[in-house]
Amino acid sequence: MEHTSVLERVLRGAALTLVVIFFMFPLFWIFLMSFQTNETILRIPPSLVFTPTLENYQALITGKLQTAAGSLDIAFMRNLWNSVFLSVTSVAVSLLLGVPAAYAFARHKFRGSEDIAFTLLSFRFAPPLLVLLPLTIYFQQLGLANTYFGLIWVYQLICLPLILWIVRGYFEDIPADIEYAYRIGGHSWFATFRKIALPLAGPGIAAAGLLAFIFAWNNFVFALVLASADKQPVTVGALAFVTASGIQYGQIAAAIVLSITPTLALALYAQRYLVEGLSLGAVKG
Amino acid sequence: MTTVLAIENVDKFYGPVNHGVHAVKDLSMQIAKGEIVALLGSSGCGKTSTLRMVAGFEEVSRGTIAIAGKPAHMLPPVKRNVAMAFEGYSLYPPLTVRENIAFALKAARLPKATVDQKVAEIAKLLEIEDILERYPSSISGGQQQRASLGRALIRDANLHLLDEPMGQLEPQLRAVLRGRIKHFIKERGLTAILVTHDQTEANALADRIAVMEGGVLQQFDTPQKIKERPANLFTGTFVGEPPMNVFEAFVSGEADRIKLKLPDGLALDYEQGNFAQGVRDALLKRQRVVIGIRPYAVRRAKDGVPATVSANQWLGDQTHIAADFAGGSLVLVEHDRTRLERGETIGIRIDPQNLHVFDAGSGAAISHGPELA
Repeated sequence: MEHTSVLERVLRGAALTLVVIFFMFPLFWIFLMSFQTNETILRIPPSLVFTPTLENYQALITGKLQTAAGSLDIAFMRNLWNSVFLSVTSVAVSLLLGVPAAYAFARHKFRGSEDIAFTLLSFRFAPPLLVLLPLTIYFQQLGLANTYFGLIWVYQLICLPLILWIVRGYFEDIPADIEYAYRIGGHSWFATFRKIALPLAGPGIAAAGLLAFIFAWNNFVFALVLASADKQPVTVGALAFVTASGIQYGQIAAAIVLSITPTLALALYAQRYLVEGLSLGAVKG
Repeated sequence: MTTVLAIENVDKFYGPVNHGVHAVKDLSMQIAKGEIVALLGSSGCGKTSTLRMVAGFEEVSRGTIAIAGKPAHMLPPVKRNVAMAFEGYSLYPPLTVRENIAFALKAARLPKATVDQKVAEIAKLLEIEDILERYPSSISGGQQQRASLGRALIRDANLHLLDEPMGQLEPQLRAVLRGRIKHFIKERGLTAILVTHDQTEANALADRIAVMEGGVLQQFDTPQKIKERPANLFTGTFVGEPPMNVFEAFVSGEADRIKLKLPDGLALDYEQGNFAQGVRDALLKRQRVVIGIRPYAVRRAKDGVPATVSANQWLGDQTHIAADFAGGSLVLVEHDRTRLERGETIGIRIDPQNLHVFDAGSGAAISHGPELA
């Protein structure tokens, strides 16, 4: 790697720049759009020169949308809170259930263990729409439709298999003898799980939790069908910007910026765990 | 002598009892305090399963295990008061080698000075003094293994279990450590079980060796007894390097002689007086037997049974001569360098006191030299 020629480095730099522009440009453009009014967004040809305005953010935060047809109430902040609440709780519940289960699947071969693990994974094979119709009927009968409890339950379909299967792999990567050594050194299996297995699989658990959070945050279809206005997350709430008097591009852009901020912040913060998680194999020496 | 470990009629099945893989079959053995016992066998013979059952990592499918007089087979590992050294990677990654070794002592709340002194002693013994402050991920496999061994030996437990504790060490270091570890264990009166597939290690370390094959304990005796009086054909051929030569033979008694007829029209002819009465009876009532002879015990004699040299190797301190003999191959060891060419004919003499005879069907030993097995 150290003996690359100047030309090679220039070409590599150019290629990387191209890729970054390709993927980052939409985000960049949306970021710019969020500071513009509908008029400046829709002018042709588009221009980078405009007078920035904060009225999109203002409308989102105050919940009053001024359109040509008059004032409209939007529940964006409520939606944002719903997203945070649903995603965080779902991931927390999934971790609570999934991590011990993953440990059991990794360390103990019991009757039907593979079948159970596979069944849990198969939740992710079925297209969500296929599950939704019967689920909606059941939920209405059970009185779970349009409740946080019901939504968090359904979100387990997204989070639990993901966490279970990723964390299981991390547990399997820990040499069993480390745990045996700890147990024979005078500790119960539960202490071994807490003091040895959990810390060693920590980066993996963090990575799985982060992924599950992103998946839960980005979920659209479950919430669309099973939640009404006051329980909707941002993904569904963004539909409100398609109003009778036109699509509110500026507000949509601002909403997107606000709604990707938490996941982006979390991803940046957890990046080192992800990297650590990937290099866990180094334990094996 | 107090019994530290008593294994009674233990079976181990992987999978359902009676239908799964039968890894250990009806194993019984008693180990006294202060003894070093080696479980010797090839891979898959059940020796590691046995050790893990004693440690408590594997369930006992049937039978009982008692440690220090108390039934232990239903107890979790934490309650058995045993220490174990592992073959593979078993050190706690976030701790240094020193912390790893001192781990159990710290948990037992020993004063720091005592801990330091014990760790220093063990580290010197295992030659890991210079890596005490390093982390497991930055040391070699052999060093990790020694640290794991140290972590086990430093403990004051009823029983020390050593699972292939020196498998990854260089031969020279292994030879040195064997002696030191044996001394350490004996000096403190510890009781140890060593799992190994290396018979040199078993011979050097153990007071008694348990030879296992196919989940069955073949013989449990001192190294010397195992070598001189193997209980069956398996032990006879498994223990000893180079392995024992075995041939099928047909027994016939003529006047005061016993003839062992070998394939290719060859025969070993002995005076009946060479064998005890019981041996004579046992041999003569059988038609077919298997005879075994250690390579070191095969002699060359001009008037011996003819064999054709197929290979002659000087190993620097001994000569291994392989010869085609009685439809099979025979290896003999001599201590001097011998000039024998391939294809040359030599005479083989097998003295009656060196002859091991086994039943052709069951493989059980019938006689060793002049005596009944």
